[in-house]
Amino acid sequence: MNWGQAIADAVALGSLYGLVAVGIGLVFGVMRLVNFAYGELITAGGYVLAYTGGWPPALAIAACVAAVIALALLQERVAFRALRRMGASPATMLVATFAVSFLLQAIYLIAFGSRGQIVGTLGSLNTAFTIHGVDIRWIVVATVVTGAFLLGATAALLNRTNIGLHIRAAATDFRTARILGVRANRVIGFSFVVAGFLAAAVSVLYTVSNPLVQPQMGVPITIFALVGVVVGGLDRLWSAALGAFAVGFVYGMCGDLLSSQSSVYLPSVVYGLVIVVLVLRPAGLFAPLRARMVERV
Amino acid sequence: MSEPALAVEGLDVRYDGVPAVRGIDLEVGRGEIVGLVGPNGAGKSSLLHAIMGVVGAAAGDVRLDGRSIRGLRPEQIARRGVALVPEGRHVYASLTVEENLRLGFAARRDRAGIADDVDWVQGLFPVVKEFSGRNAGALSGGQQQQLAIARALVAKPDVLLLDEPSLGLAPTIVERLFATLDEIRGRGVSILLVEQRAQLTIAFADRTHVMANGQLRLTLGPRDAGDTERLTAAYLS
Repeated sequence: MNWGQAIADAVALGSLYGLVAVGIGLVFGVMRLVNFAYGELITAGGYVLAYTGGWPPALAIAACVAAVIALALLQERVAFRALRRMGASPATMLVATFAVSFLLQAIYLIAFGSRGQIVGTLGSLNTAFTIHGVDIRWIVVATVVTGAFLLGATAALLNRTNIGLHIRAAATDFRTARILGVRANRVIGFSFVVAGFLAAAVSVLYTVSNPLVQPQMGVPITIFALVGVVVGGLDRLWSAALGAFAVGFVYGMCGDLLSSQSSVYLPSVVYGLVIVVLVLRPAGLFAPLRARMVERV
Repeated sequence: MSEPALAVEGLDVRYDGVPAVRGIDLEVGRGEIVGLVGPNGAGKSSLLHAIMGVVGAAAGDVRLDGRSIRGLRPEQIARRGVALVPEGRHVYASLTVEENLRLGFAARRDRAGIADDVDWVQGLFPVVKEFSGRNAGALSGGQQQQLAIARALVAKPDVLLLDEPSLGLAPTIVERLFATLDEIRGRGVSILLVEQRAQLTIAFADRTHVMANGQLRLTLGPRDAGDTERLTAAYLS
């Protein structure tokens, strides 16, 4: 086994899951809603890329971003905002995200079939370069760089802009934010736009290594990112992203460590490690850091 | 005759059918300070929340300069010129003092004069300037209260709703707080002040309503501050 290559691949997978976690965490922050239909945004992006294979890559990516953001806003406007206005309970909202997830998967199945579509956009990034005997694919570099850039850009957006300030306030105490004049629909809508943008980025990066897009493509990505979010802690974006990165990294390493025959056990191994982590640190990997934060009242 | 800055007409609030506020009528004129006192559970906070749109009114109306705001969302009401300083202050502990203050801009109807208003607020509450880079959670209770009021004021409201601003504060700080409210009124801001310190409020406000069991029982003026008999009777009614 080539350790350098394994680590590079695992870092790339961890970066992808980190992006997914931030997308899920942003919406959770302002709505206290885990959007299980987030994976279907990634899948939608994959289909757009598959059907724009003949376009120049920049145009195909732009179409992917536009379509995924539009679908994210559609989810918010049609399903979640309507339920919110009716005063639906958090449990109802959560079930609604499952419903939206299954509905979109069914639509993809009917519209695009079960055999899947192939994405060719940015396929050239699968070529590798060699450093000290380690073959590293360009997509690994692209994923890590893009992931780091987008995480940094999201952090800058949240920390340096007014809308970011409003999102942080709403994520902490939505009722007080509204009393102060923060527009609930605008903040939530903007969070979905950013989450959609991140989902589109994941679509582009993920389909380079996994070009077959099927209706359920986004489900395992979402589940693993969510597991990572639970491991890291969903109350803070950085801990959610780090948790998801850790799970992605472990998943990637285990994928390389296990033989191809044993790879069927890969999810079990990862889930087993997660259980061990949660048994040892029930509040999440980063709980001690949070516990040190004392607030005066 | 001009419309009052805030008029509440026959307002009812119910929680799961249980009445919390019943047929409240009150007015706050421009630049007036109206007190609202009463025992715990009288419905004072519910009334403020209903005015602010945080809870729905079962009946009645709330008018701002003669225009109904009933049924509007809290953020819409804030942008119409009503600011609520909620009980418990609700400053954002993990945000800096400066960021908390900036949140107050969200409800401003115009961007002009922000710097002047911030200067004025920082003059009223120097702590806001002194600790601008510090997390609000690191401030003392009194400092947080000042920040909460400052945050409401930079929204440039016409009507300021204060829910027990003196809660947990030392008497000297309360005196200073009330003097500051007088300055704020001087700028034409109308204030509806919910308080537990009944006698202090009655002596300070232009008039004070005593609320019990969801209803207004009595209205007193500053000269009635020593009338503990009527006040006690209204509390127990």
